[in-house]
Amino acid sequence: MEGELVQMGAYIGAGLACLGMGGAGIGVGHVAGNYLAGALRNPSAAPGQTAFLFIGIAFAEALGIFSFLVALLLMFAV
Amino acid sequence: MADPAQDAVGMPQLDFSTFPNQIFWLLVAMVALYLILSRVALPQIAAVLADRRGTITADIAAAEEAKQKAVAAEEAYHKALAEARAEAGRIVDQARAEMQRELDAQLARAEAEIAAQAAESEARIREIRTSAMGMVSEIARDTAKEVLGVFDVKADAKTVTAAVDAQLKREDAA
Amino acid sequence: MAENGIVIKPMDQFIVKPLFGGDVVSWYTPTNVTLWMALTVLAATALMVYGSRGRAVIPTRAQSVAELTYSFIYKMVQDVAGRDAVRFFPYIMTVFLFVLLANLLGLIPFAFTTTSHIAVTAVLALTVFISVTALGFILHGTKFLKLFWVDSAPLALRPVLALIEVISYFVRPVSHSIRLAGAMMAGHAVAKVFAGFAAALGAAFFLPILAVTALYALELLVAVIQAYVFTILTCVYLKDALHPAH
Repeated sequence: MEGELVQMGAYIGAGLACLGMGGAGIGVGHVAGNYLAGALRNPSAAPGQTAFLFIGIAFAEALGIFSFLVALLLMFAV
Repeated sequence: MADPAQDAVGMPQLDFSTFPNQIFWLLVAMVALYLILSRVALPQIAAVLADRRGTITADIAAAEEAKQKAVAAEEAYHKALAEARAEAGRIVDQARAEMQRELDAQLARAEAEIAAQAAESEARIREIRTSAMGMVSEIARDTAKEVLGVFDVKADAKTVTAAVDAQLKREDAA
Repeated sequence: MAENGIVIKPMDQFIVKPLFGGDVVSWYTPTNVTLWMALTVLAATALMVYGSRGRAVIPTRAQSVAELTYSFIYKMVQDVAGRDAVRFFPYIMTVFLFVLLANLLGLIPFAFTTTSHIAVTAVLALTVFISVTALGFILHGTKFLKLFWVDSAPLALRPVLALIEVISYFVRPVSHSIRLAGAMMAGHAVAKVFAGFAAALGAAFFLPILAVTALYALELLVAVIQAYVFTILTCVYLKDALHPAH
Protein backbone atom coordinates (compact mmCIF):
# COMPACT_ATOMS: atom_id res chain seq x y z
CA MET A 1 0.00 0.00 0.00
CA GLU A 2 2.63 2.47 0.99
CA GLY A 3 4.82 1.48 -1.94
CA GLU A 4 1.95 2.08 -4.32
CA LEU A 5 1.37 5.49 -2.79
CA VAL A 6 5.02 6.35 -3.31
CA GLN A 7 4.78 5.19 -6.90
CA MET A 8 1.67 7.26 -7.48
CA GLY A 9 3.45 10.29 -6.09
CA ALA A 10 6.42 9.59 -8.32
CA TYR A 11 4.23 9.37 -11.41
CA ILE A 12 2.35 12.55 -10.54
CA GLY A 13 5.67 14.26 -9.96
CA ALA A 14 6.95 13.02 -13.28
CA GLY A 15 3.92 14.49 -15.00
CA LEU A 16 4.38 17.78 -13.21
CA ALA A 17 8.05 17.85 -14.13
CA CYS A 18 7.09 17.66 -17.77
CA LEU A 19 5.46 21.10 -17.42
CA GLY A 20 8.99 22.45 -17.36
CA MET A 21 9.40 21.39 -20.95
CA GLY A 22 6.74 23.90 -21.93
CA GLY A 23 8.93 26.64 -20.51
CA ALA A 24 11.85 25.37 -22.52
CA GLY A 25 9.64 25.34 -25.59
CA ILE A 26 8.67 28.97 -24.99
CA GLY A 27 12.33 29.85 -24.53
CA VAL A 28 13.47 28.11 -27.70
CA GLY A 29 10.64 29.72 -29.65
CA HIS A 30 11.61 33.11 -28.27
CA VAL A 31 15.23 32.69 -29.32
CA ALA A 32 14.36 31.42 -32.79
CA GLY A 33 11.63 34.02 -33.34
CA ASN A 34 13.84 36.91 -32.35
CA TYR A 35 16.60 35.57 -34.53
CA LEU A 36 14.21 35.41 -37.47
CA ALA A 37 12.90 38.90 -36.79
CA GLY A 38 16.43 40.24 -36.70
CA ALA A 39 17.43 38.28 -39.77
CA LEU A 40 14.51 39.68 -41.76
CA ARG A 41 15.43 43.20 -40.76
CA ASN A 42 19.06 42.78 -41.70
CA PRO A 43 19.46 39.64 -43.83
CA SER A 44 23.11 40.33 -44.62
CA ALA A 45 24.08 40.03 -40.95
CA ALA A 46 22.12 36.81 -40.40
CA PRO A 47 24.69 34.17 -41.45
CA GLY A 48 27.23 35.46 -38.93
CA GLN A 49 24.79 35.04 -36.09
CA THR A 50 23.63 31.45 -36.63
CA ALA A 51 26.24 30.21 -34.15
CA PHE A 52 24.70 32.41 -31.46
CA LEU A 53 21.26 31.18 -32.48
CA PHE A 54 22.27 27.61 -31.81
CA ILE A 55 24.05 28.47 -28.57
CA GLY A 56 20.95 30.30 -27.38
CA ILE A 57 18.69 27.44 -28.37
CA ALA A 58 21.01 24.99 -26.61
CA PHE A 59 20.95 26.97 -23.37
CA ALA A 60 17.18 27.32 -23.45
CA GLU A 61 16.71 23.70 -24.33
CA ALA A 62 19.05 22.42 -21.60
CA LEU A 63 16.59 23.45 -18.91
CA GLY A 64 13.79 21.56 -20.60
CA ILE A 65 16.03 18.54 -20.71
CA PHE A 66 16.70 18.93 -16.99
CA SER A 67 12.97 18.74 -16.33
CA PHE A 68 12.73 15.73 -18.59
CA LEU A 69 15.55 14.17 -16.62
CA VAL A 70 13.71 14.80 -13.38
CA ALA A 71 10.67 13.08 -14.86
CA LEU A 72 12.77 10.11 -15.91
CA LEU A 73 14.40 9.87 -12.52
CA LEU A 74 10.99 9.86 -10.83
CA MET A 75 9.71 7.23 -13.23
CA PHE A 76 12.62 4.82 -13.16
CA ALA A 77 15.08 5.64 -10.43
CA VAL A 78 13.01 6.49 -7.36
CA MET B 1 16.17 -9.14 -23.35
CA ALA B 2 13.57 -9.00 -20.59
CA ASP B 3 15.89 -10.13 -17.90
CA PRO B 4 14.33 -9.73 -14.44
CA ALA B 5 17.65 -8.82 -12.91
CA GLN B 6 18.12 -5.98 -15.37
CA ASP B 7 14.51 -4.82 -15.13
CA ALA B 8 15.17 -3.93 -11.56
CA VAL B 9 17.78 -1.43 -12.65
CA GLY B 10 15.20 1.13 -13.79
CA MET B 11 17.29 3.65 -15.60
CA PRO B 12 20.33 1.95 -17.19
CA GLN B 13 22.05 5.33 -17.28
CA LEU B 14 22.21 5.31 -13.49
CA ASP B 15 23.56 1.78 -13.18
CA PHE B 16 26.91 2.77 -11.76
CA SER B 17 28.33 -0.74 -12.10
CA THR B 18 28.67 -0.18 -15.87
CA PHE B 19 30.38 3.19 -15.55
CA PRO B 20 34.00 1.99 -15.44
CA ASN B 21 33.37 -0.12 -18.52
CA GLN B 22 31.86 2.76 -20.48
CA ILE B 23 34.50 5.24 -19.42
CA PHE B 24 37.31 2.83 -20.29
CA TRP B 25 35.99 2.09 -23.75
CA LEU B 26 35.18 5.76 -24.34
CA LEU B 27 38.77 6.73 -23.56
CA VAL B 28 40.07 3.97 -25.85
CA ALA B 29 37.79 5.11 -28.66
CA MET B 30 38.62 8.79 -28.22
CA VAL B 31 42.35 8.21 -28.16
CA ALA B 32 42.13 5.97 -31.22
CA LEU B 33 40.00 8.50 -33.10
CA TYR B 34 42.24 11.38 -32.03
CA LEU B 35 45.35 9.57 -33.28
CA ILE B 36 43.72 8.60 -36.57
CA LEU B 37 42.45 12.11 -37.18
CA SER B 38 45.51 14.08 -36.11
CA ARG B 39 48.07 11.76 -37.74
CA VAL B 40 46.33 10.72 -40.96
CA ALA B 41 43.01 12.28 -41.81
CA LEU B 42 43.40 15.96 -40.99
CA PRO B 43 46.85 16.49 -42.59
CA GLN B 44 45.60 14.66 -45.66
CA ILE B 45 42.52 16.84 -46.01
CA ALA B 46 44.48 19.99 -45.22
CA ALA B 47 46.96 19.06 -47.97
CA VAL B 48 44.15 18.48 -50.44
CA LEU B 49 42.53 21.80 -49.55
CA ALA B 50 45.83 23.67 -49.87
CA ASP B 51 46.48 21.88 -53.15
CA ARG B 52 43.10 22.92 -54.48
CA ARG B 53 43.61 26.50 -53.40
CA GLY B 54 46.96 26.50 -55.20
CA THR B 55 45.44 25.03 -58.35
CA ILE B 56 42.62 27.54 -58.32
CA THR B 57 45.01 30.45 -57.83
CA ALA B 58 47.24 29.22 -60.65
CA ASP B 59 44.26 28.72 -62.93
CA ILE B 60 42.93 32.16 -62.19
CA ALA B 61 46.36 33.65 -62.92
CA ALA B 62 46.54 31.73 -66.20
CA ALA B 63 43.07 32.90 -67.14
CA GLU B 64 44.04 36.48 -66.31
CA GLU B 65 47.11 36.17 -68.50
CA ALA B 66 45.08 34.73 -71.37
CA LYS B 67 42.64 37.58 -71.01
CA GLN B 68 45.45 40.13 -71.17
CA LYS B 69 46.73 38.45 -74.30
CA ALA B 70 43.30 38.52 -75.88
CA VAL B 71 42.96 42.22 -75.06
CA ALA B 72 46.37 42.95 -76.58
CA ALA B 73 45.48 40.98 -79.70
CA GLU B 74 42.25 42.89 -80.03
CA GLU B 75 44.07 46.19 -79.70
CA ALA B 76 46.59 45.17 -82.35
CA TYR B 77 43.75 44.15 -84.64
CA HIS B 78 41.99 47.45 -84.15
CA LYS B 79 45.20 49.33 -84.76
CA ALA B 80 45.89 47.42 -87.98
CA LEU B 81 42.33 48.02 -89.09
CA ALA B 82 42.61 51.76 -88.46
CA GLU B 83 45.90 51.90 -90.34
CA ALA B 84 44.45 50.05 -93.31
CA ARG B 85 41.51 52.38 -93.30
CA ALA B 86 43.73 55.46 -93.26
CA GLU B 87 45.84 54.02 -96.08
CA ALA B 88 42.75 53.29 -98.14
CA GLY B 89 41.46 56.80 -97.52
CA ARG B 90 44.77 58.26 -98.56
CA ILE B 91 44.81 56.23 -101.81
CA VAL B 92 41.25 57.26 -102.59
CA ASP B 93 42.08 60.93 -102.00
CA GLN B 94 45.11 60.68 -104.21
CA ALA B 95 43.19 59.04 -107.02
CA ARG B 96 40.45 61.59 -106.72
CA ALA B 97 42.92 64.47 -106.84
CA GLU B 98 44.61 63.01 -109.90
CA MET B 99 41.38 62.51 -111.68
CA GLN B 100 40.32 66.02 -110.78
CA ARG B 101 43.51 67.40 -112.17
CA GLU B 102 43.15 65.49 -115.41
CA LEU B 103 39.55 66.46 -115.66
CA ASP B 104 40.45 70.12 -115.10
CA ALA B 105 43.13 69.96 -117.77
CA GLN B 106 40.78 68.35 -120.27
CA LEU B 107 38.05 70.81 -119.43
CA ALA B 108 40.43 73.72 -119.90
CA ARG B 109 41.59 72.31 -123.21
CA ALA B 110 38.04 71.73 -124.34
CA GLU B 111 37.03 75.22 -123.28
CA ALA B 112 39.94 76.76 -125.14
CA GLU B 113 38.99 74.82 -128.26
CA ILE B 114 35.40 75.83 -127.89
CA ALA B 115 36.41 79.45 -127.38
CA ALA B 116 38.59 79.38 -130.51
CA GLN B 117 35.80 77.87 -132.60
CA ALA B 118 33.32 80.33 -131.17
CA ALA B 119 35.61 83.25 -132.02
CA GLU B 120 36.04 81.95 -135.58
CA SER B 121 32.32 81.49 -135.97
CA GLU B 122 31.66 84.94 -134.63
CA ALA B 123 34.14 86.42 -137.05
CA ARG B 124 32.41 84.65 -139.92
CA ILE B 125 29.03 85.70 -138.70
CA ARG B 126 30.18 89.27 -138.47
CA GLU B 127 31.59 89.06 -141.95
CA ILE B 128 28.40 87.59 -143.29
CA ARG B 129 26.45 90.18 -141.47
CA THR B 130 28.45 93.11 -142.80
CA SER B 131 28.16 91.82 -146.32
CA ALA B 132 24.47 91.23 -145.79
CA MET B 133 24.04 94.74 -144.36
CA GLY B 134 25.83 96.18 -147.39
CA MET B 135 23.48 94.27 -149.65
CA VAL B 136 20.47 95.46 -147.71
CA SER B 137 21.31 99.15 -148.14
CA GLU B 138 21.97 98.59 -151.86
CA ILE B 139 18.71 96.75 -152.31
CA ALA B 140 16.90 99.41 -150.30
CA ARG B 141 18.36 102.18 -152.46
CA ASP B 142 17.46 100.35 -155.62
CA THR B 143 14.02 99.59 -154.33
CA ALA B 144 13.55 103.20 -153.22
CA LYS B 145 14.62 104.39 -156.65
CA GLU B 146 12.24 101.98 -158.29
CA VAL B 147 9.43 103.05 -156.01
CA LEU B 148 10.14 106.72 -156.62
CA GLY B 149 10.29 105.99 -160.29
CA VAL B 150 6.91 104.39 -160.16
CA PHE B 151 5.44 107.46 -158.43
CA ASP B 152 7.20 109.69 -160.92
CA VAL B 153 9.08 111.54 -158.32
CA LYS B 154 12.29 112.94 -159.48
CA ALA B 155 14.97 112.56 -156.96
CA ASP B 156 18.60 112.55 -157.36
CA ALA B 157 20.55 109.54 -156.35
CA LYS B 158 22.35 111.37 -153.52
CA THR B 159 19.24 112.31 -151.63
CA VAL B 160 17.73 108.87 -151.94
CA THR B 161 20.84 107.25 -150.68
CA ALA B 162 21.02 109.59 -147.69
CA ALA B 163 17.37 108.98 -146.82
CA VAL B 164 17.67 105.22 -147.06
CA ASP B 165 20.82 105.22 -144.98
CA ALA B 166 19.08 107.33 -142.32
CA GLN B 167 16.13 105.03 -142.35
CA LEU B 168 18.33 102.00 -142.07
CA LYS B 169 20.22 103.52 -139.21
CA ARG B 170 16.96 104.21 -137.46
CA GLU B 171 15.93 100.62 -138.09
CA ASP B 172 19.23 99.39 -136.70
CA ALA B 173 18.88 101.48 -133.67
CA ALA B 174 15.42 100.12 -133.12
CA MET C 1 5.31 -0.40 -16.29
CA ALA C 2 1.85 -1.85 -16.81
CA GLU C 3 1.42 -5.31 -15.37
CA ASN C 4 -1.15 -6.51 -17.91
CA GLY C 5 -1.35 -6.24 -21.66
CA ILE C 6 1.66 -5.13 -23.69
CA VAL C 7 4.59 -3.98 -21.64
CA ILE C 8 6.47 -1.01 -23.03
CA LYS C 9 10.01 -0.84 -21.80
CA PRO C 10 11.44 2.29 -23.33
CA MET C 11 14.64 2.15 -21.30
CA ASP C 12 15.69 -1.39 -22.15
CA GLN C 13 17.51 -0.18 -25.25
CA PHE C 14 20.04 1.61 -23.06
CA ILE C 15 21.12 -1.46 -21.06
CA VAL C 16 24.83 -2.16 -21.19
CA LYS C 17 25.33 -5.87 -21.97
CA PRO C 18 28.44 -7.95 -22.42
CA LEU C 19 28.90 -8.90 -26.03
CA PHE C 20 29.85 -12.52 -25.48
CA GLY C 21 27.37 -13.61 -22.83
CA GLY C 22 27.70 -13.49 -19.08
CA ASP C 23 26.31 -10.97 -16.63
CA VAL C 24 29.35 -9.34 -15.13
CA VAL C 25 30.33 -6.00 -16.59
CA SER C 26 33.82 -5.29 -15.37
CA TRP C 27 35.85 -2.36 -16.67
CA TYR C 28 37.48 -4.26 -19.54
CA THR C 29 34.56 -6.49 -20.65
CA PRO C 30 33.76 -6.00 -24.35
CA THR C 31 30.16 -4.80 -24.26
CA ASN C 32 27.73 -3.27 -26.71
CA VAL C 33 29.35 0.02 -25.70
CA THR C 34 32.61 -1.33 -27.13
CA LEU C 35 30.93 -2.47 -30.30
CA TRP C 36 29.17 0.80 -31.06
CA MET C 37 32.11 2.96 -30.12
CA ALA C 38 34.29 0.87 -32.42
CA LEU C 39 31.71 1.34 -35.17
CA THR C 40 31.74 5.08 -34.50
CA VAL C 41 35.52 5.22 -34.82
CA LEU C 42 35.33 3.08 -37.96
CA ALA C 43 32.69 5.34 -39.50
CA ALA C 44 34.76 8.42 -38.76
CA THR C 45 37.83 6.76 -40.23
CA ALA C 46 35.88 5.68 -43.28
CA LEU C 47 34.65 9.22 -43.85
CA MET C 48 37.81 11.15 -43.12
CA VAL C 49 40.55 8.76 -44.29
CA TYR C 50 39.03 6.33 -46.75
CA GLY C 51 36.63 8.85 -48.27
CA SER C 52 39.37 11.37 -49.06
CA ARG C 53 42.12 8.87 -49.94
CA GLY C 54 41.99 9.95 -53.61
CA ARG C 55 43.35 13.41 -52.71
CA ALA C 56 41.64 14.56 -55.88
CA VAL C 57 41.60 18.23 -56.79
CA ILE C 58 38.05 17.70 -58.00
CA PRO C 59 36.58 15.75 -55.06
CA THR C 60 34.35 12.72 -55.10
CA ARG C 61 31.16 12.75 -53.06
CA ALA C 62 32.69 11.23 -49.94
CA GLN C 63 35.69 13.50 -50.22
CA SER C 64 33.47 16.60 -50.45
CA VAL C 65 31.62 15.54 -47.33
CA ALA C 66 34.91 15.06 -45.48
CA GLU C 67 36.21 18.41 -46.71
CA LEU C 68 32.98 20.21 -45.87
CA THR C 69 33.07 18.79 -42.36
CA TYR C 70 36.70 19.79 -42.02
CA SER C 71 36.15 23.36 -43.25
CA PHE C 72 32.97 23.73 -41.20
CA ILE C 73 34.64 22.81 -37.91
CA TYR C 74 37.82 24.69 -38.79
CA LYS C 75 35.84 27.85 -39.47
CA MET C 76 33.82 27.37 -36.30
CA VAL C 77 36.96 27.04 -34.17
CA GLN C 78 38.43 30.12 -35.82
CA ASP C 79 35.28 32.24 -35.55
CA VAL C 80 34.16 31.26 -32.08
CA ALA C 81 37.35 30.48 -30.19
CA GLY C 82 39.76 32.72 -32.07
CA ARG C 83 42.69 32.20 -34.38
CA ASP C 84 45.05 30.92 -31.70
CA ALA C 85 42.60 28.11 -30.90
CA VAL C 86 43.46 26.39 -34.16
CA ARG C 87 46.07 24.24 -32.40
CA PHE C 88 43.21 22.53 -30.54
CA PHE C 89 41.38 21.90 -33.79
CA PRO C 90 42.22 18.15 -33.96
CA TYR C 91 40.73 17.57 -30.52
CA ILE C 92 37.58 19.53 -31.33
CA MET C 93 37.27 17.67 -34.61
CA THR C 94 37.58 14.38 -32.70
CA VAL C 95 34.83 15.38 -30.29
CA PHE C 96 32.58 16.56 -33.11
CA LEU C 97 33.00 13.47 -35.24
CA PHE C 98 32.62 11.13 -32.29
CA VAL C 99 29.43 12.75 -31.03
CA LEU C 100 27.93 13.22 -34.49
CA LEU C 101 28.56 9.68 -35.66
CA ALA C 102 27.60 8.12 -32.33
CA ASN C 103 24.30 10.05 -32.48
CA LEU C 104 23.66 9.07 -36.08
CA LEU C 105 24.63 5.42 -35.64
CA GLY C 106 22.39 5.28 -32.60
CA LEU C 107 19.42 6.07 -34.86
CA ILE C 108 19.80 2.77 -36.68
CA PRO C 109 17.08 0.43 -35.37
CA PHE C 110 18.37 -1.95 -32.68
CA ALA C 111 21.50 0.13 -32.31
CA PHE C 112 22.94 1.16 -28.99
CA THR C 113 23.40 4.89 -28.53
CA THR C 114 26.62 5.43 -26.63
CA THR C 115 26.03 9.17 -26.31
CA SER C 116 22.74 8.60 -24.49
CA HIS C 117 24.69 7.49 -21.44
CA ILE C 118 25.50 10.12 -18.89
CA ALA C 119 28.78 8.34 -18.11
CA VAL C 120 30.01 8.91 -21.67
CA THR C 121 28.88 12.49 -22.07
CA ALA C 122 30.03 13.37 -18.57
CA VAL C 123 33.53 12.17 -19.40
CA LEU C 124 33.50 14.13 -22.64
CA ALA C 125 32.26 17.27 -20.89
CA LEU C 126 34.59 16.89 -17.91
CA THR C 127 37.58 16.41 -20.21
CA VAL C 128 36.71 19.69 -21.88
CA PHE C 129 35.99 21.41 -18.56
CA ILE C 130 39.17 20.29 -16.80
CA SER C 131 41.47 20.89 -19.75
CA VAL C 132 39.96 24.31 -20.43
CA THR C 133 40.28 25.35 -16.80
CA ALA C 134 43.85 24.07 -16.63
CA LEU C 135 44.65 25.83 -19.88
CA GLY C 136 43.25 29.08 -18.54
CA PHE C 137 45.43 28.94 -15.46
CA ILE C 138 48.52 27.89 -17.42
CA LEU C 139 48.13 30.67 -19.99
CA HIS C 140 46.99 33.49 -17.72
CA GLY C 141 47.87 32.40 -14.17
CA THR C 142 45.69 34.07 -11.56
CA LYS C 143 44.49 36.58 -14.15
CA PHE C 144 42.21 33.82 -15.34
CA LEU C 145 40.10 34.46 -12.23
CA LYS C 146 39.16 37.82 -13.74
CA LEU C 147 36.69 35.82 -15.77
CA PHE C 148 34.52 35.82 -12.65
CA TRP C 149 35.15 39.45 -11.70
CA VAL C 150 33.00 41.60 -13.95
CA ASP C 151 34.85 44.91 -14.25
CA SER C 152 32.09 46.66 -16.10
CA ALA C 153 29.58 46.19 -13.27
CA PRO C 154 29.21 48.56 -10.28
CA LEU C 155 31.56 47.66 -7.44
CA ALA C 156 28.79 46.71 -5.03
CA LEU C 157 27.35 44.23 -7.48
CA ARG C 158 30.62 42.55 -8.30
CA PRO C 159 30.74 39.97 -5.46
CA VAL C 160 27.21 38.88 -6.26
CA LEU C 161 28.01 38.63 -9.93
CA ALA C 162 31.21 36.76 -9.13
CA LEU C 163 29.21 34.21 -7.17
CA ILE C 164 26.79 33.79 -10.04
CA GLU C 165 29.63 33.52 -12.53
CA VAL C 166 31.38 30.87 -10.44
CA ILE C 167 28.21 28.83 -10.11
CA SER C 168 27.45 29.09 -13.80
CA TYR C 169 31.02 28.13 -14.55
CA PHE C 170 30.75 24.94 -12.54
CA VAL C 171 27.32 24.12 -13.93
CA ARG C 172 28.81 24.14 -17.42
CA PRO C 173 29.99 20.51 -17.52
CA VAL C 174 26.70 19.39 -16.00
CA SER C 175 24.53 21.10 -18.57
CA HIS C 176 27.05 20.31 -21.29
CA SER C 177 26.82 16.57 -20.67
CA ILE C 178 23.19 16.23 -19.61
CA ARG C 179 21.98 18.18 -22.64
CA LEU C 180 23.51 15.69 -25.01
CA ALA C 181 22.62 12.56 -23.06
CA GLY C 182 19.12 13.84 -22.30
CA ALA C 183 18.34 14.79 -25.89
CA MET C 184 19.53 11.44 -27.16
CA MET C 185 17.77 9.47 -24.44
CA ALA C 186 14.51 11.40 -24.79
CA GLY C 187 14.25 10.88 -28.54
CA HIS C 188 14.97 7.20 -28.37
CA ALA C 189 12.67 6.56 -25.40
CA VAL C 190 9.80 8.43 -27.05
CA ALA C 191 10.33 6.54 -30.30
CA LYS C 192 10.22 3.29 -28.36
CA VAL C 193 7.03 4.33 -26.56
CA PHE C 194 5.33 5.15 -29.86
CA ALA C 195 6.52 1.87 -31.33
CA GLY C 196 4.97 0.12 -28.31
CA PHE C 197 1.67 1.93 -29.02
CA ALA C 198 1.77 0.57 -32.56
CA ALA C 199 1.79 -2.96 -31.14
CA ALA C 200 -0.94 -2.15 -28.62
CA LEU C 201 -3.38 -0.34 -30.92
CA GLY C 202 -4.00 -3.26 -33.28
CA ALA C 203 -5.87 -2.05 -36.38
CA ALA C 204 -4.84 1.57 -35.91
CA PHE C 205 -1.19 0.62 -35.82
CA PHE C 206 -0.33 2.98 -38.68
CA LEU C 207 -0.99 6.11 -36.63
CA PRO C 208 1.88 5.57 -34.17
CA ILE C 209 4.04 4.41 -37.05
CA LEU C 210 3.43 7.72 -38.83
CA ALA C 211 4.29 9.47 -35.59
CA VAL C 212 7.48 7.44 -35.25
CA THR C 213 8.44 8.34 -38.81
CA ALA C 214 8.00 12.05 -38.12
CA LEU C 215 9.82 11.67 -34.83
CA TYR C 216 12.64 9.88 -36.57
CA ALA C 217 13.13 12.83 -38.93
CA LEU C 218 13.19 15.15 -35.95
CA GLU C 219 15.69 12.91 -34.22
CA LEU C 220 17.95 13.03 -37.25
CA LEU C 221 17.93 16.81 -36.96
CA VAL C 222 18.46 16.65 -33.20
CA ALA C 223 21.39 14.24 -33.59
CA VAL C 224 23.20 16.69 -35.86
CA ILE C 225 22.26 19.79 -33.88
CA GLN C 226 23.32 18.28 -30.57
CA ALA C 227 26.71 17.36 -32.00
CA TYR C 228 27.00 20.90 -33.37
CA VAL C 229 25.95 22.43 -30.06
CA PHE C 230 28.31 20.23 -28.06
CA THR C 231 31.19 21.29 -30.30
CA ILE C 232 30.33 24.96 -30.41
CA LEU C 233 30.02 25.07 -26.61
CA THR C 234 33.44 23.45 -26.40
CA CYS C 235 34.70 26.27 -28.60
CA VAL C 236 32.98 28.88 -26.44
CA TYR C 237 34.56 27.47 -23.27
CA LEU C 238 37.90 27.33 -25.02
CA LYS C 239 37.55 30.99 -25.92
CA ASP C 240 37.01 31.82 -22.25
CA ALA C 241 40.25 30.06 -21.41
CA LEU C 242 42.22 31.76 -24.18
CA HIS C 243 40.73 35.24 -23.77
CA PRO C 244 39.31 35.45 -20.24
CA ALA C 245 38.53 39.17 -20.48
CA HIS C 246 34.83 39.82 -20.92
